[in-house]
Amino acid sequence: MLSIVDPVRQLRIGLRVAPRSEYPVISMEGAGAVLLDAADAVFSPQTQERVWAVAKALRQVPGVMETVPGMNNLMIVFDPVAIAPEKLERKLDAAWHNIVPDAVAGREVEVPVRYGGAEGEDLAALAEHFGMAPEEVVRRHSEAHYSVAAVGAMPGFVYLSGLDPSLAVPRRAVPRMKVEVGSVIIGGSQAGIMPVTAPSGWHIIGRTDITLFDASREPPAAFLPGDRIRFRVERILP
Amino acid sequence: MIEILSTGAVNSVQDLGRPGYLDVGVGWSGAMDAPALSAANLMIGNAPGAAGIEVSLFPFRVRFLRDAPFAVACADCPVTLGERSLPSWWAETARAGETLTLGLPRRGARAYLALAGGVDVPPVLGSRATDLKSGFGGLEGRGLNRGDRIAFAEGGSKLPAGGIGVDPAALRDGAAAGESPIILRVLPSAEHAAFTEAALETFYATAWTVGNEANRMGYRLNGPELALSQRLELFSHGIMPGTVQVPPSGQPIIQLAEANTCGGYPKIANVIEADLWRLAQAPVGARLTFARVDRHEAVAAIVRQRKALADIAALTALARKDGVAPSVAASPSKAQEPAHVGAEQE
Repeated sequence: MLSIVDPVRQLRIGLRVAPRSEYPVISMEGAGAVLLDAADAVFSPQTQERVWAVAKALRQVPGVMETVPGMNNLMIVFDPVAIAPEKLERKLDAAWHNIVPDAVAGREVEVPVRYGGAEGEDLAALAEHFGMAPEEVVRRHSEAHYSVAAVGAMPGFVYLSGLDPSLAVPRRAVPRMKVEVGSVIIGGSQAGIMPVTAPSGWHIIGRTDITLFDASREPPAAFLPGDRIRFRVERILP
Repeated sequence: MIEILSTGAVNSVQDLGRPGYLDVGVGWSGAMDAPALSAANLMIGNAPGAAGIEVSLFPFRVRFLRDAPFAVACADCPVTLGERSLPSWWAETARAGETLTLGLPRRGARAYLALAGGVDVPPVLGSRATDLKSGFGGLEGRGLNRGDRIAFAEGGSKLPAGGIGVDPAALRDGAAAGESPIILRVLPSAEHAAFTEAALETFYATAWTVGNEANRMGYRLNGPELALSQRLELFSHGIMPGTVQVPPSGQPIIQLAEANTCGGYPKIANVIEADLWRLAQAPVGARLTFARVDRHEAVAAIVRQRKALADIAALTALARKDGVAPSVAASPSKAQEPAHVGAEQE
């Protein structure tokens, strides 16, 4: 199959250049989906908690088929014959302004990583780019507290917030067409783990053996929004 | 059971898709031309969402290993059962040993084969659709190969002698098969107003060409470049089949059945749900234009499409009821085994 989009390259986390006019903005994605965008210039964990809470509330609305949390935004998919789009929008807007987000009882999960060498082929070059030793890159990556902001793009892919800002790095100019499942990657101000082998423009710093996605399991994805992740250094390869 | 005699690797088992898992990154997949698969199923008394076979590489040839009702739905492709030509949008009962061939469409790009009772593969996450990109669902998570044997469940209804057909005109909402350019109705999406006036004018005035990178994930279009008023860096957000993105190259991409569930490129518009089948039937090189409509029209088009399917269900049910069981008339030279509901499952 031809790959017409690089999934990971599309995950753009960065400064929003356009000024916001309203908060939040609801737009159409066809007749049967709307996108609520509450993003400001930088990612907000508080806004994300509201995104999760509103997603949960909207799932109870008759006619709603899916709720898809993004990064400080939320897509609602519904049957526009069962519920008029305008009515759905009013409910969404009301929920956004009225809901009091619960504390999210996410799990704490430790992910063992083999860093560098053939398992993390970009580690040495990145260390040089940052002007630090590879061990220092590993220390900063593994000591940060990450949280799963959203799951998406490809099956089981986690959008992790919490990367040490000193490790933020532009994506590769030319994406790799094949990044192996289990690759521990960073791109922009985000960290991630490849749940399947797929194209990616992010940098590979290590590898884990944990399974992030299994279609025969229910739920099929290992992590849910709100889960917290720590990377543990299994070893650093030369 | 049928055996695949000739196929391409992107021909695959599809139903109406796998909703419910967008929030874990699993797209819907499912038939690109959902109304065509639904109509084919309804003709033989299946539920509209029964799994069938989506064919986009031709010729596609199968041999029936037992007598079975089947239906084909395709814009305009040569269909032969044994030596006999059949119309497009047709249901009939094949005899054990007969070969069904779907030839290269004269117009359109995809054909659907429905089998009585539906293709019997294990559901994955609630659906039998093949997710080719992720490698699960359908037949072992892959497209079909020569030599594959496809089981289908019991069920479906007996068909009248000589078969039955439907006229897809109402289902197609007035769109002429093979029209050029293909008109796609769109609603504006989040970043529509962020494009320059000239870009918006160009977007609606251009006859875009479907590029070589066109598959179940999406189509890249060739044409003029579309510019934003200012550069945008968006947070990753949910996208839908039909979302028209404009990446930095300025050339639009239309996301389709196997699109990623999230993306980050600016979105200029969405092709309305009721017109996604028109894209499914647009081959590489086809020309497309976008026509802006409002929500009311987009919803009305869905209602008309559902009504047309309900009519097909009702009319074909009547035809099956008034008809007789498949008979000697259909293929007099062969030994007849009447199709019966109690046939052993293969």
